[in-house]
Amino acid sequence: MPVPRHEFEMYDEERIGELLRVMPQAPEAWVLTAARLPATRRAIEQIAALAEADATFRSQTLEDLEGALARAGVEVSPALVEHLRDRL
Amino acid sequence: MEFHQRMTALSTATDAGLVARCRDGDDDAWEELVRRFSRYVLAIAQQAYRLSPADAEDVFQEVFARTYERLGDLRNDEAVRPWIAQLTRRLCIDRIRAGSRESADPEALEAGVDDSLDRLDEALSVQEAMLAMPDNCRDILDRFFRRDESYAVIGTALGLPSGTIASRISRCLGKLRDHLEGREHARPTS
Repeated sequence: MPVPRHEFEMYDEERIGELLRVMPQAPEAWVLTAARLPATRRAIEQIAALAEADATFRSQTLEDLEGALARAGVEVSPALVEHLRDRL
Repeated sequence: MEFHQRMTALSTATDAGLVARCRDGDDDAWEELVRRFSRYVLAIAQQAYRLSPADAEDVFQEVFARTYERLGDLRNDEAVRPWIAQLTRRLCIDRIRAGSRESADPEALEAGVDDSLDRLDEALSVQEAMLAMPDNCRDILDRFFRRDESYAVIGTALGLPSGTIASRISRCLGKLRDHLEGREHARPTS
């Protein structure tokens, strides 16, 4: 019975090298944006809580969502602006 | 625990251990989870579904945003890898349908994807095995295979004669192969 290909080749060093090459590194900026999600979400929740407690702050924030995010130290992106709009 | 020790502990944690820590609000664990699966998610988007860089970036961010939001719904923490793979597949298909290939046949979209994913799963296992390698091996393998650096560049960076680089790479590949063969012993901590 023939040996299935993967059984004798799975850990062949050439194949390991090939598999190491398969997955390129994601751009560091993408990784950092995703890694900062917890902090970003906390900042958005803080803004939302303040907006809930203060109608003036809420309307000012709605007028300038990007500015509100930037003031909270969040790197602004269209998705985050939308997320904040939804939260408000 | 010092920062370096803590990050080392996270990098060697099992997937399930990492998920549990993320659920407990550990931001460092979340960053490790993102780093651990970032190549995998990107490779699914770009290699299996051939998304453009812009679409791949959108899918990438959406995958991790949804993972963050729904980690609590995961029934089996050990299944985070297939769960992320499935989520990425779904978001890639949504992105393709929403774009210019709106009328694409769903079967055509999935053609060859399973084979690509099998290969990427295998590559992810090798990536995980790399975490168990000594720092010097991880570094040299990463430079040669992933960053495509020449022997000369690696030699200069690591302060080694370039004539010894090939044999070091071979020795490290051997260690990695040995580790893969005893894969069940990988990641002792959780």
